Amino acid sequence: MADLTFVRTQMLPPQEAPGAAVGAVRWMRENLFDSWLNSVLTLVSGFAVVWIVVHIYPWFAQSVWNASSLQECRAIIQERFGEGAHGACFAVLRERWQQYLFGFYPADLYWRPTLAFFLMLAALAPVLFSGLPRRMLWFSAAYPGLAYWLLWGGSIFTPIAIYAGFVVAVLAHRAVAGRWGGLAAMIVAVAALLIWWFYLAGPVARTLAAPGFFSLRPVQSNQFGGFTLSLVIGVTGIAFSLPLGILLALGRRSDMFFVKTICVGFIEFIRGVPLITLLLVASFLLNIFLPPGTNFDIILRVIIMVTLFASAYMAETIRGGLAALPRGQYEAADALGLDYWKSMRLIIMPQALKISIPGIVNNFIGLFKDTTLVAIIALLDPLGLTTAIRADSNWNGIIWELYGFVALIFFLFCYSMSQYSQYLERKLATDHR
Amino acid sequence: MSEPQPIDAADLEVHPEKLKVTDQLAIEIVGMNKWYGQFHVLRDIDLTVYKGERIVVCGPSGSGKSTLIRCINRLEEHQKGKIVVDGVELTSDLKNIDKVRSEVGMVFQHFNLFPHLTILENCTLAPIWVRKTPKKEAEEVAMHFLRKVKIPEQAAKYPGQLSGGQQQRVAIARSLCMKPKIMLFDEPTSALDPEMIKEVLDTMIQLAEEGMTMICVTHEMGFAQAVANRVIFMDQGQIVEQNAPKEFFNNPQSERTKLFLSQILGH
Repeated sequence: MADLTFVRTQMLPPQEAPGAAVGAVRWMRENLFDSWLNSVLTLVSGFAVVWIVVHIYPWFAQSVWNASSLQECRAIIQERFGEGAHGACFAVLRERWQQYLFGFYPADLYWRPTLAFFLMLAALAPVLFSGLPRRMLWFSAAYPGLAYWLLWGGSIFTPIAIYAGFVVAVLAHRAVAGRWGGLAAMIVAVAALLIWWFYLAGPVARTLAAPGFFSLRPVQSNQFGGFTLSLVIGVTGIAFSLPLGILLALGRRSDMFFVKTICVGFIEFIRGVPLITLLLVASFLLNIFLPPGTNFDIILRVIIMVTLFASAYMAETIRGGLAALPRGQYEAADALGLDYWKSMRLIIMPQALKISIPGIVNNFIGLFKDTTLVAIIALLDPLGLTTAIRADSNWNGIIWELYGFVALIFFLFCYSMSQYSQYLERKLATDHR
Repeated sequence: MSEPQPIDAADLEVHPEKLKVTDQLAIEIVGMNKWYGQFHVLRDIDLTVYKGERIVVCGPSGSGKSTLIRCINRLEEHQKGKIVVDGVELTSDLKNIDKVRSEVGMVFQHFNLFPHLTILENCTLAPIWVRKTPKKEAEEVAMHFLRKVKIPEQAAKYPGQLSGGQQQRVAIARSLCMKPKIMLFDEPTSALDPEMIKEVLDTMIQLAEEGMTMICVTHEMGFAQAVANRVIFMDQGQIVEQNAPKEFFNNPQSERTKLFLSQILGH
């Protein structure tokens, strides 16, 4: 039998790892060249990347920023880079970028949408980042009214009168809650809100506005366009479709027959109809049903349709999150004596929404890009503007520069949303799986 | 590998002199029936529970024992008969249901802690939102009960970071924070590894010694012998036999009980 005893007399010092096992070399070995097939694919892909860059680079390098028409652009490029040279004509962006941002908003009032945009960032910050002081949420709540005033102008008492509706509703709720109980108070509050908005808010605002204090020059909805329009529709749609979607999802899972039927009917109907159809209804048909003489703002109509459309999808996304929660969570909340709304708000929704984040952001991004469909009903969103610019004889024939620019801006917004959603998912990951 | 040994009554440290039953009514169930569709799950259940009682409910799976205790806090609705908990009758009146639920604590087989909240938040949530306790006071109460179940140091962690036994003890503490008059246990140790079962049973014994009224669905017959004052055997939705543990285990009357005991105690 062999000798199995062994005693180490000298300890080994640690040694440097061989070059092939660390750093960039190792990474490349593992990821790019770990078999002959992958090596071939790596080389082919590398060649394709180089080929694309080589062909696109001159288009950027030989671009022209100063010209007043496409013909002039081409002439400058030929002159500078020789016969047959191709290059981008970014001069069109230089000439029209303000139109892309603001549409036909009066040029001397550009500061208003610009200010509204930056205030929007400030209003969003406390909603998106829970680390910021909660008091900032008051500004977020006031922001929609402020933005309305800045964008459309007129008297500040118009948004104030609309906000006052909530005060009226709360007062009505308080007055009734003690006597007739919660449900009756809720119904009375909603009724008071609607009565105030439809019949009283207008006269009150007009009376207060008469002296002309705090009035901005009014801007009509048909002067809106470009990314201002996309953002107004997109942000409002996003802000309202989430709560509406939550209510619809809860309604669809409700035990109450009528609530459930209404929610299912709404979701299935709205989901089953193309958005363009709804926009056309908003644009042409709605006026037929409204009392003659009512001027129901076209952007408001579009926002309502886009919100309803997105909320139906949102409801189904959130329902998926609700269905993924174990029954035990509902039972534990019930067993502790939490009522329906408290258990939804504190236990069920935080978890269901967390599960649904990828789907919710998916819907947000879809909604934001769908705002370009308003071009169909002659609103000048970035794509509608592009068509208009291309119809200009100076810029006839230009394609890549314009659509590329629009795509880039949309990409920036959508990519930020995606990045935020990933940050949120990481932050909320408490399950330690 | 050997079979995990059931915990013997002798392994559990109980002070029998502390276990006291009063003559005040805690729960009264009269002629209660429940159906799932056409399936008759609970048939003519009559049960009176006095304050301070420790009742163990056992029986084969599907016998309706879980359904029975879930009817007591209306996680399940009964269709016939009467359930009165601490003087409040359970009907479809939501106010009564919430009142009963805030007086009756429940511990589940799978703990059902809220994974998005820390241990402390799990314990303070219901006192703050249902009892309207100020946050600071609720936190003090929660820490008191977390110390009692011997895991105060885990307060800032999330449920996913704890072992099964620890999670179940948090679940017990969470229920206790509502200062319930009655505790229901639905197979509290069935999802636990054998070495964690004892730590949970010890917590339950401590609770019993403090006079808590407890109804416990469990297969831990050692616990039943040491702590219960009454053992109920259910089969096919009916109470087949109930007796003091000594009588129940040593001298079962019904054939069905004898068969069940021989299977569960083995050998």
